[in-house]
Amino acid sequence: MQQHPLHDVVITGVHNTRQAKVLEGHDSRSISLEAAHGAVADAGLNPIDIDGVVGPFGNDFIYQHRIGPVWRSLSPLGIPAVLEAAMAIACGLATTVLIATGEAGSHRQRSSTAPWTRPTNEFVAPFGMFTAAEFALMARRHMHLYGTTPESMAHVAAVIRNNGHVHPDAVFRDRGPFTVADVLESRMVADPFHLLDCAMTSEGGTAMVLTSADRASGSAKPVHVLGGGTDHFGPAYQNPPVWETGGRRRPDLIAGTVGRRASELAFSAAGISVEDVDVCEFYDPFSFEIIRQFEAFGFCGVGEGGDFVLSGAIEPGGRFPITTDGGTMSFSHGGAAVQLLQRVIRGVQQLRGTCSSMQVAGAEIAMCTGGGSGAMFTDVIVLGTGEP
Amino acid sequence: MTRLHAQPGPITAPATSIFSEPYWEGCARGELRFQRCMSCSHPVHTPAAVCSACGADTLVWESSSGTGVIHSYTIVWRPVTQDFQVPYAPAIIELSEGWFLLTCVIDCETEALFVGAAVEISFHATADGVTLPYARLK
Ligand SMILES: [Zn+2]
Repeated sequence: MQQHPLHDVVITGVHNTRQAKVLEGHDSRSISLEAAHGAVADAGLNPIDIDGVVGPFGNDFIYQHRIGPVWRSLSPLGIPAVLEAAMAIACGLATTVLIATGEAGSHRQRSSTAPWTRPTNEFVAPFGMFTAAEFALMARRHMHLYGTTPESMAHVAAVIRNNGHVHPDAVFRDRGPFTVADVLESRMVADPFHLLDCAMTSEGGTAMVLTSADRASGSAKPVHVLGGGTDHFGPAYQNPPVWETGGRRRPDLIAGTVGRRASELAFSAAGISVEDVDVCEFYDPFSFEIIRQFEAFGFCGVGEGGDFVLSGAIEPGGRFPITTDGGTMSFSHGGAAVQLLQRVIRGVQQLRGTCSSMQVAGAEIAMCTGGGSGAMFTDVIVLGTGEP
Repeated sequence: MTRLHAQPGPITAPATSIFSEPYWEGCARGELRFQRCMSCSHPVHTPAAVCSACGADTLVWESSSGTGVIHSYTIVWRPVTQDFQVPYAPAIIELSEGWFLLTCVIDCETEALFVGAAVEISFHATADGVTLPYARLK
């Protein structure tokens, strides 16, 4: 069989800037460029080695460093950006691609929910909708259908927040440890989500460098892209987030299990199954979404996610440890999209074996995700320490 | 026990589209409208150009019975902006014709909400001249 084209691509540089509730002296451009320089240095390269850029300030990077003419993508960030960069390299449009983003100074007035959570659409805005309420409607439906409990969601939140509690660079380091009771006793935001079931808001920058495996032969520990996929069910925050929303293409796939097809594609390209996954760097906008993802990706049956997360699997030392840096609940949620790339970066750190906390011993396969059911999309990427 | 009310406003007038103008005209007249496919009879909402079940472009506007059940709901205690008074209860209503509407449930206690509860749609004119459909327990 011919080698999968993505398997020629490796991640050789990653960098998170300092993450904080407020990054004084920074704006989105300055923190994005700081992140970019950090990732290029981490890859052992110079800016002149970059011939492809992704991200809102990629054009700035091109001009300031006079590396043009180069390939540039306007891809949305997170996993789609990583996959597009990998495809550009696999197709020969670029040899070494930088993905960089960051936000600072865009949301410091905290009496309202963050601007990226507030829809303006005519069918949702008049009813006071925002991200937490959209996702709560999915979670409530799951509770009704399968008896999923607030305690199982709170357990997820406690595990992720405790991962952040011991992470030296997390915005909420030393804020714990948290118990299930702590989560359930925090104030209600959008029932069934308490404050501690929800992502935070913060500021920060993040960046990544990808290149081809042959160019990375001198690199310390390149991490291989094994497969990926992206699933969308239409515009988020315009149409009612109905769990059962289906498609005409495959009736077995519904919005409640969005990400299933993406995970099938990713596993197939990687030549693996769920049993081969060593660490689950799942995106955590709300605690329930971790439960839902384990079901969608086939780690357990639909409706069994609540019991699955209570089985001891997701804690440090468990079979499928989750979101090991503290995710958007504790590590950082730097804006509309910064945190989406950080899930992939954490997967790289785990496979390099360089995590300063919660390192999964001997991790060889990392599954990283983005999105969520309330937003009607889920992205998946599978990374490995070697080629399949 | 905490009672749910229609928002006193201000509520920004929705920016309508070519597709949705008949829907909002209906609301202003106290009529809940949805689109029906003339090819396969599937109900469609939000307003669209083609049928979500068969792809035909033969959609016509129809009046809903305005009755349905709560498909899912949440109770919001942290408002999206200070313009909204808490608590409020966004909900997905499954109308009797088989389509889904996002709105808020009002005029009941928060404890009275449950998935499957029967509701009917009623209209409230906001301070800003917008008429919105809300759901009330039957
Ligand atoms: Zn039709």
